[in-house]
Amino acid sequence: MPSQVSAFAVFFASIFTSNILLTNYLGMCSFLAVSKEMKTSVGLGAAVTFVLAVTTPLNWLVYQYLLIPFNLEYLRFIVFIIVIAAFVQLTEMTLERYSEPLYQALGIFLPLITVNCAILGASLFMVIREYTFITSLLFGIGSGIGWFLAIVAMSGIRTKLRTAKIPPALEGPGITLIIAGFMAMAFMGFSGMIAVS
Amino acid sequence: MIISLVISVAIISLISVFLALLMVIADATIGNYGIVTVNINDGTKEFEVKGGMPLLSTLTAQGVFIPSACGGRGSCGLCKVQVISGVGDYLPTELPFIPPEEREQNIRLSCQIKVKQDMSIKIPEELFNVREYQTHVEKIRDLTHDIKEVTLRLAEGDTITPKAGQYVQFVVPEYADLDESVYRAYSVASPPDDNTRVELEIRLVPNGICTTYVHTILKEGDPVTINGPYGDFYVRDTDRPMICIAGGSGMAPIKSIILDMKNKGSTRKVTYFFGARTKRDLFLLDEMYALEKELDNFTFVPALSEPTEEDKWEGEVGLITDVVRRLSGDAANSEAYLCGSPGMIDACIAVLSDLHMPEEHIYYDKF
Repeated sequence: MPSQVSAFAVFFASIFTSNILLTNYLGMCSFLAVSKEMKTSVGLGAAVTFVLAVTTPLNWLVYQYLLIPFNLEYLRFIVFIIVIAAFVQLTEMTLERYSEPLYQALGIFLPLITVNCAILGASLFMVIREYTFITSLLFGIGSGIGWFLAIVAMSGIRTKLRTAKIPPALEGPGITLIIAGFMAMAFMGFSGMIAVS
Repeated sequence: MIISLVISVAIISLISVFLALLMVIADATIGNYGIVTVNINDGTKEFEVKGGMPLLSTLTAQGVFIPSACGGRGSCGLCKVQVISGVGDYLPTELPFIPPEEREQNIRLSCQIKVKQDMSIKIPEELFNVREYQTHVEKIRDLTHDIKEVTLRLAEGDTITPKAGQYVQFVVPEYADLDESVYRAYSVASPPDDNTRVELEIRLVPNGICTTYVHTILKEGDPVTINGPYGDFYVRDTDRPMICIAGGSGMAPIKSIILDMKNKGSTRKVTYFFGARTKRDLFLLDEMYALEKELDNFTFVPALSEPTEEDKWEGEVGLITDVVRRLSGDAANSEAYLCGSPGMIDACIAVLSDLHMPEEHIYYDKF
């Protein structure tokens, strides 16, 4: 089944029908914490997209050429995490050195991303679904864009919420989780289009 | 079986070593900003340092102490410094602490910005006076049931010159559950001429990190590190009559101010209102009455808010704000120096404003 799905189908599916945030509920913590402001949401979304786009294929290479040959597939959790952590650290240092504006926009979110489960999740899905290198690359980019869309949509809604009357008990994370639920249901509407599992 | 174990360990180590090596190389190349120059107050002080570190710790390493209560975590917002050149835009971690009028002057949180290129900054001149002092506890005595007077003796030949009313920071070492040293600010109670020792008055705060340490662990002879002096709470050089108001351990800076006036032979008119709940919360009364006799223009007014039967109190009764209102006439030409809890200070400012004192003549130290 996995090999029958074309790379582009995976790309679009990971944005809409299998949105990593709204269907798998991965990367929730930073989604809830950072979606208060549009500007920071865009920054974090872009940073997640970038890191997903690079670490997913990177982990594919590590998995195919290092773990499989030695029958060490079971070590993928720990290996993926350290690869992600090292990559994020290097990116942060590079940004800080060479691009002040980019560091301002993305840099401060990078440490948050190391522990974002969506990043590890994408690498693990890619293994389970037996994607090829190209598919993994597109899956990484697509998942990132999907996460970006979800957090930007949420911060748009939360901007409106500031003037809304919310019962005190539901203020903050409470109402955000409920809205995330509605958004997930809305995204289910896409599920008839392409099926990827 | 054993072979597969060895292989798995080897592979994991290989990946880790490779990545660690990558980080080390990156640190030495990308993270290496070379030697940069930091210029303070148009060349008053200038030094060269290795770039890449936060400004606050760079300055501390050079012996320039910027007041900070959180130790560089970006949570207290105290370590503000004006940066003239050599820094990028505001970081999101700074913005909550910097109001718009300070943004125009490029006031920054020194613990958040890094020294990555030649930088020039401006700091208040008196911060050059600030440094770290090694002391030992000369004496601890009980002033009341919950306030201790701690006298710290500086190392042989060392001197400290605070202005009367300023504070120092007391470094609490690691103890019990505390796994990193923290510092807390206390006003100096001894007068400035007494420059080889520092007297602090420390009230026990339930679960307070430093106060618990001082009240239960610290003993005479122990070494203590302090840094300072800090603060803009000191007597302004005018001839206006002074109204001093203190509650509890707020006695400390006021005591220093009055002893300083005595030493300098000042004849300024001072009225000192000292508030407490019951008689057992009052302290240093004898010293204050003695000063009242020595100084012509000094009046000491202790007041109790809830005197008990056995206190047999014949002095002023009532909240300190009520006593001030009752005893001070029009205060339009006076200056006020307040030290105590935020609630007390806010209430006092309201009363003094009612008595027509201009707000810019009210100086205070909230704790």
